[in-house]
Amino acid sequence: MRFLAWFRSVAAKFFHRSQIERDMEEELRSHTQHRADDLERSGLDRAEAERRARIEFGGHGRFKEECREALGGNFIEILMRDVRFSVRVLRKSPGFTIVAVLTLALAIGANAVVFGILNALILRPLNVPQAESLYGIDRASAWGSYQSYPDYLDLRDHNRGFDGLAAYTIAAAGLDAGDNPSRLWLYEVSGNYFDVLRIQPYLGRFFHGADEHGPNSAPYIVLTYAYWHTRFQDDRGVVGRAVRLNKYPFTILGVAPPDFHGTLLFFSPEFFVPMVNQEQVEGWNGLNARGNRWIGQVMGHLKPGVTPAEAAADLNSIGSWLEKSYPKDDAHMTFSLAPPSLGGGYFGRPVRAFVTGLMVLAGLILLAACANLGSLFAARAADRSREVALRLALGASRSRILRTLLTEAMLISLMGGAVGLWGSVLLLRGLSVWQPVPRFPIHVPVSPDTNVYGVALVLALVSGILFGIVPVRQVLKANPYQIVKAGPTGRVGRRIRVRELLLVVQIAICGVLVTSSMVAVRGLVRSLNSNFGFEPRNAMLVDTSLRMAGYSGDRVPAMQRRMLDATEAIPGVTSVGLVDNPPLVEGWKPSMVFTDTTTDLRPANAAAEAVWYSISPEYFHAAGTALLSGRTVTWHDDKDAVRVAVINPEFARKLFGSVTNAMGRYYKMRDGTRIQVVGTVEQGKYTTNLAEGLQPAMFLPILQSPSTETWLVVRSNGDPQQLAAAIRSKLRDLDRGLPVFTETWNKGMDGALLASRVATVSLGVMGVIGAMLSITGIFGMAAYSVSRRLRELGIRIALGAQRKEVLQAALGRAFKLLALGSAAGLVLGVLASRVLASIVYQATPSDPLVLAGVVLAMLALGLLATWIPAQRALSIDPLMLLREE
Amino acid sequence: MSRQAQLLPGTLDLLILKAVSLGPLHGYGVLLRIGQISERALLIEQGALYPALFRLVRQGLLKANWGTSENNRRAKFYELTTLGRKRLREETEGWNRLVTAITSALAAEPEEI
Repeated sequence: MRFLAWFRSVAAKFFHRSQIERDMEEELRSHTQHRADDLERSGLDRAEAERRARIEFGGHGRFKEECREALGGNFIEILMRDVRFSVRVLRKSPGFTIVAVLTLALAIGANAVVFGILNALILRPLNVPQAESLYGIDRASAWGSYQSYPDYLDLRDHNRGFDGLAAYTIAAAGLDAGDNPSRLWLYEVSGNYFDVLRIQPYLGRFFHGADEHGPNSAPYIVLTYAYWHTRFQDDRGVVGRAVRLNKYPFTILGVAPPDFHGTLLFFSPEFFVPMVNQEQVEGWNGLNARGNRWIGQVMGHLKPGVTPAEAAADLNSIGSWLEKSYPKDDAHMTFSLAPPSLGGGYFGRPVRAFVTGLMVLAGLILLAACANLGSLFAARAADRSREVALRLALGASRSRILRTLLTEAMLISLMGGAVGLWGSVLLLRGLSVWQPVPRFPIHVPVSPDTNVYGVALVLALVSGILFGIVPVRQVLKANPYQIVKAGPTGRVGRRIRVRELLLVVQIAICGVLVTSSMVAVRGLVRSLNSNFGFEPRNAMLVDTSLRMAGYSGDRVPAMQRRMLDATEAIPGVTSVGLVDNPPLVEGWKPSMVFTDTTTDLRPANAAAEAVWYSISPEYFHAAGTALLSGRTVTWHDDKDAVRVAVINPEFARKLFGSVTNAMGRYYKMRDGTRIQVVGTVEQGKYTTNLAEGLQPAMFLPILQSPSTETWLVVRSNGDPQQLAAAIRSKLRDLDRGLPVFTETWNKGMDGALLASRVATVSLGVMGVIGAMLSITGIFGMAAYSVSRRLRELGIRIALGAQRKEVLQAALGRAFKLLALGSAAGLVLGVLASRVLASIVYQATPSDPLVLAGVVLAMLALGLLATWIPAQRALSIDPLMLLREE
Repeated sequence: MSRQAQLLPGTLDLLILKAVSLGPLHGYGVLLRIGQISERALLIEQGALYPALFRLVRQGLLKANWGTSENNRRAKFYELTTLGRKRLREETEGWNRLVTAITSALAAEPEEI
């Protein structure tokens, strides 16, 4: 109640301000009039009497102010006055204001951007009803969240913690809706997918669990709203339409709601197809293979009252039962739960770790900026100590002066926050529509929301308070009479001041940022020039899918031979190879391999998990992969011949101990097939994670492990673009219904390099911001230390000090602090970079080039920042100075 | 001027209450009345009167109304509220106690100890 009354009086005072103001003015005027009347009666003329009355009254403005204070409740009014005053003060030193606002804008902008990403990828749940109880199931073992279909069914049917479990995986297929077939990305989902997610169709109907009756029993398609909108122009008649998917007849059932983009945050499919039709979509049937983990993720809503830990324990008990029942297929069946939006632990963990790390860096930047501005403000307060002393001497209260200083800090922080937020909103909007890799429907849905605005505001206010309170002690301790009398000389003490400590901390933080960005940039440069185990330059990838064109059985190898021959005949082409899935482009296929002596082929006994490829004889030549020993595969390695393979050194080391040991030896596949090693090729990179260690890999002849997935690697010495057109027309001559997609291998690797590129760019930006902050910080410090000791320096020069000695005196301490901070930053940065090494390919912090680079960079920054103050110190004219002061 | 005494801090409020207790007054009138009843011995800065008046109004010790002065000018007249009257009584007693105590303290002679 009291508060309410107070508030009402404040509000009333605020709104009736002009009334009160007029009242007060009239009363004071009435006073002088009465006094003038008396004076006039004593013989003065009216004008003189009024003048005298005004003088006798005293400081009109001051008393009015005191009256207002006596009236109370004019907090807002005082605030407005402080703001007006601060604006005037800040306008008087535009350089300082601009530097301060920009510093803060950079820091807050960086934080808002990183928080926007964090918010979108980690904090914001998926756009489905009751998203808070939706959990994905991760496996603790190597391949993250992947499950096999039989395991999924067991989990779905036997768990007690979930309200139904749905599964999905990403696939590509050719959709023919009456015109040219196009290659599209889709989710294969379990029949209960939409029901488990509790989503209602926008149009038509969804398929359900009851629609599934074994393999290929549910030829239904549900379109996403976006695809329906762009491809079918919102045609409501699309429901019930028959289309062809990889030449198989399917029916469009309905359209998903506009705000549903699938359950993987950054990968939006064009449509959904039941998983039981996997054979028609992907060309092979994995529905019965318990050991084949191809389901991207299994997820579901927890039952009310069930905690994630309880649900995980329940899943683990099913897991151990699975391990016992199917020892051949299931091993390491321990599960954990995680939000499903990032597609399970394999993807999600590094993304989460990276974004969190980035957030920490951004926080450091803000701290550095605060330290920077804090010391700038302290220096400014010291420079203004004479003004402050004068105001104190004239009767201003200390609280009032502190309030104006804080108001200045707040104004700057709010302006900086506004500018930073504006920039970050632009950047986030840009990121949201960015399509980093054209071949995947990847997008980063990070459009800013109220959370972002709120965080930016809070950060601005908090940092305003943080750097605003730095000079408080200084003002509180100031003795006005001393300062007015003696001038702001200040003692030059040995003691490390708060301000200096701030500078060291700030430089250390900047050192960390600069070091990590250097490490990252160096890592990227290396990864771009590193040995992938093939030569992506001058190589064209032709991505065709015979499956999407309806080929199967014996027609596949025949067609593949014709395609190879046709492409080889194009002028300018030097060699053409075939591979079922080129490395570093779309993904990789792991397979367990066993030593020849192993008889019990259960996963636990596997000698290695090797990446494998089906290739044509010319593949190594076309890809530029060097054959180390033995021979490559040939067209004679067909179904009737001995099964053979070409392996890489890591494979040889893992199974046979060494490369020389491997030649001619045998190993076993999952199904017991014995394979003879006939050659070895150089080690390369195979998974899309460039930070991988050495991976074992094997290359099998396409005739012995046939695949409808057909990628041609075309090496040429001609113009790739012209070549692409020629290849397309040649292949279209062979089959008009064949979807053909061409791109250079370098382009195709964009996806694989995306993570390290994004990491490098963001760390590079952080490093640049850090460098800028340290420049302004050091500059502020050096300029301050020169201006404080101007008189002393003048005397030194007058007494014949050399340039070196003057610089030593003026900037020695600043340089010492800089060296201290840089050293600390370097050490911390090297430690922090160990984390980086797991994300950025070939990022090693112990690289001498990086260390030298950081030291040089910090030195250059120091020189740059102290250049102007040093010039000022050297150009001191002692005569002028001594005369003036 | 030198014979005029500086006001002790806090005594201005008491003087104003006393002046107004003798009858409603406008600001300049308060000043004149204080001068009159203190036989011009007290120096009050003219402008300093108003913050004190406003403060007393806010504390509910005085109430103010616009009226017309003896000079036929518009002026704001102050008078005591009940609360103000009570406060004046208390403060006067307090002041008298203080003065008695200080006076007797200052009048002390060595032999009295």
